[in-house]
Amino acid sequence: MSDKEFPPPVKYLDDRLGIAKIGRKNLRKVFPDHWSFMLGEIALYSFIILILTGIFLTFWFKPSMGEVEYQGSYSLLKGLHMSEAYASTLDITFDVRGGLLMRQIHHWAAVLFIAAMMVHLLRIFFTGAFRKPRELNWVIGFTMLFLGIIEGFIGYGLPDDLLSGTGLRITQGMIGASPVIGTYLNFFIFGGEFPGDDFVSRFFTIHVLLIPGLILALVTVHLFLVVYHKHTQYAGPGRTAKNVVGYPLFPVYTAKAGGFFFVVFGITALMGALLQINPVWLYGPYNPAEVTAGSQPDWYMGWLEGSVRIMPGFESHFWGITLSWNLIIPALLIPPAFVTLVALYPFIEGWITGDKREHHLLDRPRNMPTRTGIGAAFITFYALLWIGGGNDLIATHFGLSLNNVTWFLRFAVFIGPVLAFWVVRRVAISLQRADNDRLMHGLETGVIVRSPEGKYTEKHAPISNYEAYSLTAHDRMLPLDIGPETDDNGVRAPRRALNKLRARLSRFYYADAIQKPTTHELEAAHEHAHDSDEIHDISETETYREVTSDRS
Amino acid sequence: MSEKRPSLSPARFLSARRRHRSAGLVVLLFGLLAVGSAYAAFAPDDAVADNSAQSQQIEEGKKLFAVGCASCHGLNAEGGANGEGKMAGPSLIGVGAAAVDFQVGTGRMPAMQPGAQVPRKTPTYTQEEIEALAAYVASLAPGPAVPAQESYDISKATDEQITRGGELFRTNCTACHNFAGRGGALPNGKYAPSLMNVDPKHIYEAMLTGPQQMPVFSDQVMQPEDKRDIIAYLNALQQQKDPGGFGLGRLGPVSEGLWGWLIGIGLLVCVAVWIGAKGVKAKGAKAE
Amino acid sequence: MSDENLPAVKADEEHSQVQVAEPIPDPGIEPHEYRITDIDPKAADRVERQVSAMFTLAGLLALGSCVAYFAIPRDSTIAFGPLSGNANNMIIGLCIGLALFLLGAGAIQWAKKLMVDEEISEDRHPAHSSPEQIADISDAFKQGVAESGFTRRKLIRRGLFTGLGLLGLPAIVLLRDLGPLPGRALFNTIWAKGIRVVNDVTDRPIKPSDMIVGQLVNAAPANLAPLQEESPVEYQNAKAKAAVIVVRIKPSEIRTPPGRENWGVDGILCYSKICTHVGCPISLYEQTTHHVLCPCHQSTFDLADGAKVVFGPAARPLPQLPLAVDAEGYLVAQSGFTEPVGPSFFERG
Repeated sequence: MSDKEFPPPVKYLDDRLGIAKIGRKNLRKVFPDHWSFMLGEIALYSFIILILTGIFLTFWFKPSMGEVEYQGSYSLLKGLHMSEAYASTLDITFDVRGGLLMRQIHHWAAVLFIAAMMVHLLRIFFTGAFRKPRELNWVIGFTMLFLGIIEGFIGYGLPDDLLSGTGLRITQGMIGASPVIGTYLNFFIFGGEFPGDDFVSRFFTIHVLLIPGLILALVTVHLFLVVYHKHTQYAGPGRTAKNVVGYPLFPVYTAKAGGFFFVVFGITALMGALLQINPVWLYGPYNPAEVTAGSQPDWYMGWLEGSVRIMPGFESHFWGITLSWNLIIPALLIPPAFVTLVALYPFIEGWITGDKREHHLLDRPRNMPTRTGIGAAFITFYALLWIGGGNDLIATHFGLSLNNVTWFLRFAVFIGPVLAFWVVRRVAISLQRADNDRLMHGLETGVIVRSPEGKYTEKHAPISNYEAYSLTAHDRMLPLDIGPETDDNGVRAPRRALNKLRARLSRFYYADAIQKPTTHELEAAHEHAHDSDEIHDISETETYREVTSDRS
Repeated sequence: MSEKRPSLSPARFLSARRRHRSAGLVVLLFGLLAVGSAYAAFAPDDAVADNSAQSQQIEEGKKLFAVGCASCHGLNAEGGANGEGKMAGPSLIGVGAAAVDFQVGTGRMPAMQPGAQVPRKTPTYTQEEIEALAAYVASLAPGPAVPAQESYDISKATDEQITRGGELFRTNCTACHNFAGRGGALPNGKYAPSLMNVDPKHIYEAMLTGPQQMPVFSDQVMQPEDKRDIIAYLNALQQQKDPGGFGLGRLGPVSEGLWGWLIGIGLLVCVAVWIGAKGVKAKGAKAE
Repeated sequence: MSDENLPAVKADEEHSQVQVAEPIPDPGIEPHEYRITDIDPKAADRVERQVSAMFTLAGLLALGSCVAYFAIPRDSTIAFGPLSGNANNMIIGLCIGLALFLLGAGAIQWAKKLMVDEEISEDRHPAHSSPEQIADISDAFKQGVAESGFTRRKLIRRGLFTGLGLLGLPAIVLLRDLGPLPGRALFNTIWAKGIRVVNDVTDRPIKPSDMIVGQLVNAAPANLAPLQEESPVEYQNAKAKAAVIVVRIKPSEIRTPPGRENWGVDGILCYSKICTHVGCPISLYEQTTHHVLCPCHQSTFDLADGAKVVFGPAARPLPQLPLAVDAEGYLVAQSGFTEPVGPSFFERG
């Protein structure tokens, strides 16, 4: 701005809020440009869409389980007794113009909200963006994912249709399996026996006030921390751990991110217009003696459902009590353990690797083969349970036996993740080798040359300096060394066992990774390539494990 | 098929089609025709004379049965064993005409191959032949008769009856056949079939006779008007156009989740890639 | 061992063959390349027209959605192959969705093609505070603590913690009335001696002669229906426990568990419909195998063998209701269930 004075309305605000001080720093704040950095935005925008459409729905939805006789315009249920919650959902669907659209946008946005958070989480995981100083933001993001899943599940329960009632009945059964407190918890949650007439109004308040409020607060902190830490970036020419390279918030990112909001809203609205979701009128009102084939929760609860489905049935009965291991293990132990592991992963990896530096450059997944393998194992475990949640549809649609699908999954949840870890880690290491190959020998041109001696070789073209730099711009990570057993005075080092474990884990993380070539190796490779086109006698860069085993 | 088949001599034509799926049937029908005409030619005159139309139909059915069904169900429909001593086909004594009309009318019988469940297919017998078979089986022992047309006539169903049918449907049928009658899984590779595009008569008969794994809903317990209301609700469901767009198979949240990931996340990631992509660069300097 | 694992440095100390220096020095940000729209004013104008067309069309579609809202009758439908829908709803949705999409796509196109695309660099600063700031704040904090006397005056400190801690109690205690205590509620159903077994929905009583082998009846106690008028909640709660299935199996195929010899009537057996796993109503009955499957988690029970579990996550058989025939020849319960129905719970025993 060439003139030094604000126009009057802005001046009015600045006099009171000092907006220039805030804006000066942030208006031209730099954001790096990469598609994978937009995934979190999908989640954020879906959340805004959920709030907007949710407010619309509350104008008509009656969160009450009082019984009414349905007299709306959907003839197939006319005259049936049902809760006000279900009847008002039918009214929104069939008697409020645009109501079905809003319901469907709301539901699709919920599906996308959680899916986008999960994809965002995977991006953060595989690129190591959770490392110091961003561990706490990982935990905040994880908490939002967790809250989002609960929020979605409670929302699924609100219309009080047959499917949602079945879902709640299942949840009630799972809670009831908790030792000591289960029955009491259920009676307090449902106001007595299931189904009672309290849960819709209670869940409604949690769904529209408590959890959205918490998520909103956490989103604010999450975004504030993104601004404070500045966005991570992929390593590349001129992109170092000390800077961030990209486009300014104003105008480029205002247009890109703002535009993306409208695109997300647009696509969600088109899905709401064209793809039918949660047809509650087909399910009918909840009746505790009715059930439908294909009773499934929304996708994000599917893994929990699968975990419960594939568990063999056993219980213990002693001293007048019952312990339902068939629920305690798959619903009350495994899922919490799994999500705790995910939530604490940054701290676990940080402890194992002993890496306490700040990281602003992202890892390419291949350069951290063990972490990438662990991620693949997690995904496989999750996906297998997820398949378990739909085992009946898998059976009917692929002509398989339901029982065989279940038996397969009972074994696969143990074998699959191990296999996935091993395969993906190997693939990552191979990709590292390929990178080094490209770095040292250049591109295969496909041009075959015949030397005067009659030898055939393929010409290699060197890669650009920019690409070469990008390929080498990552840490040379080596396993932790815990030092000698005893110090010079023969005193045993403290906490030896713990440190040994740590060293072993660290070795597991880093020992098999391929190191990038050294300056010397690179020079040798290039020089050699000049001498003749024969290139294969140069020793490949070795892994830590190879180096150490050679020595011993 | 793009390539042209070489023409075949009649003998080769036949031998080439010997293993065709309906070859057995053709032979069977051929045999039937031959036996029938032979019988008509040689049958003693007095037997024909005192036969009412019904007993002739039964005779007709018996012959059809002997050729098409007896190999599994036994010559006298008493049930048959296959070579390994396992039940090849259950006894049909007392199953009634309704069961025959359902099984043969929906093409489930004659069964083509052993499996967890005999699927529905195009019927292989004509309506008259089915009636003859049904009359024969009904003559063996009393059993449920083919329902009269008015018992499944839903043209006059009121909204109230349809709603009641829906309630009965959800209480008795959705557990296996799904909330929209799309079918569902049963243990060990068996399944509850889809109820879409099934003749109302066959739905009625299925409830009445309990074919294969399906339990029986006898007329005394689930009375004819209950059955009619269920059929009316099913019909209304099938006629109903999904108000919210593509129905996604009416299979519930699993298909919704799948579409959410494929279409929703898929499209949005495509847009994200577009946003992050470096566009085409101009070769040359800025013209200014 | 040092707490700071700086691998590059450590590598240097221990393996001389691995060098620390980066093999390739940072060449700096690539030189900026111009886009076609930067050098060709015509192309830039084309994009301008494109973007403005998208924005204008978005506006028109927004208007269109309002027109559709009033102009299209609420009950008109669209049917186009597998795509069907309420016309009012779908057209409004299409207009709004496309309008939003075009608005967004236009803005993105504008940013990509016309806004300056030279990448800029911004310096980072470590997340932690500077030593001076740390010194300042810790001085200020210590001063505050000293001025308050918080560390010196132990009584105040203890009192504060006690008061604050105990205030948490009412926050929990006040939730006590969220629900009644369970008591024996989960052990009882409304079944009792002499209660007739009636069809669910139609409420018709059942005679043994009405049931033929292979029959399934989804049933309820006769005293359930009157509850609906009295109290819909009680009705739902009672139904959630009292629903039963009645089947008729060839007596020769039944293996009666000891003590239940007279619980059936000519092969007619009655079991709780509520799955012992997590409580889904269970009625996927296969008449030839006598198995009943739960559609929620696929627990399978053999009704001809005391409803014992043959597959799936359930651990207990379905409770059986002893049946008898009353003076008028209808099926009645000999007694209530002899064990709690539905999913397991801790106090169940």
